[in-house]
Amino acid sequence: MKISVIITLKKDVLDPQGKVIHQALDGMGFNDVSEVRQGKYFEIDTKETDPKKAKDKVEEMCKKLLANLVIENYKIIDAE
Amino acid sequence: MKSAVITFPGSNCDRDMDVALKKFGFKNKMVWHQDVELPKSDLIVLPGGFSYGDYLRCGSMASKSKIMQSVINFANSGGMVMGICNGFQILVEAGLVPGVLLRNKYLEFICKNVFVKISDKDNAYFKNIKNNVLELHIAHNEGNYFCTNDQLKEIEDNSQVAINYCNNEGKIEQPFNPNGSIKNIAGIFNKKKNVLGMMPHPERMIDSSLSGEDGSLFFKNLLNNIK
Repeated sequence: MKISVIITLKKDVLDPQGKVIHQALDGMGFNDVSEVRQGKYFEIDTKETDPKKAKDKVEEMCKKLLANLVIENYKIIDAE
Repeated sequence: MKSAVITFPGSNCDRDMDVALKKFGFKNKMVWHQDVELPKSDLIVLPGGFSYGDYLRCGSMASKSKIMQSVINFANSGGMVMGICNGFQILVEAGLVPGVLLRNKYLEFICKNVFVKISDKDNAYFKNIKNNVLELHIAHNEGNYFCTNDQLKEIEDNSQVAINYCNNEGKIEQPFNPNGSIKNIAGIFNKKKNVLGMMPHPERMIDSSLSGEDGSLFFKNLLNNIK
């Protein structure tokens, strides 16, 4: 079973990389962008077949390793 | 006095730290990250470098390595643990000191000497150092200290700020903040102040002809305080 996770920076955490990407986009003519925030995306292929159990395990992974909850939020987006 | 320096894959200041500790009288041992038990020590050091290539987040992979459970137990039982640079990043990821180290504000790798003000001397690391300001070296890409407002309040209420970036006169102001850290924070303690994490490298300032000796002050003092 494949599960995906998106990690994003919390709202009040500065994202200098996102800012620079925004500036680059602006310079390329994409002038209607108001903000860019950079994050991370994970695809986790697990042997667990029960969707609920798999999702719980991935949530534990997020809390223990994939995200740093001081600065990041996680979202499990795709439990098939 | 016995110390141990942990080497992770990608550590590159571990031998410098070994040289520094021995120079000032510590009996130091090097410990591999896959070891399970720590040698009997008065001080454990997590050195600088780029453990695990800074994958995921700086220090995050190293903080889960085998030896770290022993380091965490040692720290929780009151043992002295010091993390320098990448070691500081490992400490925050292990939850031994609060907060997190973000990418430098201006996205530059910074490698230069800075001045830091010792903000708290009521601890075994800085007690009895006569100077209030030290000149130390920093070399990092992720040294931008960040924590939540609640954490900051707790850190300040408990006097957990160890050192702040400042000028040569000890003024802690924004122009002397190299990386965007909250309140110019360069190093912090855990609550009991037996764990210290800091970005500057004292082990790079121990030779009068090469660098300056403010790091020597730190190590000499540390040895005397542990005795």
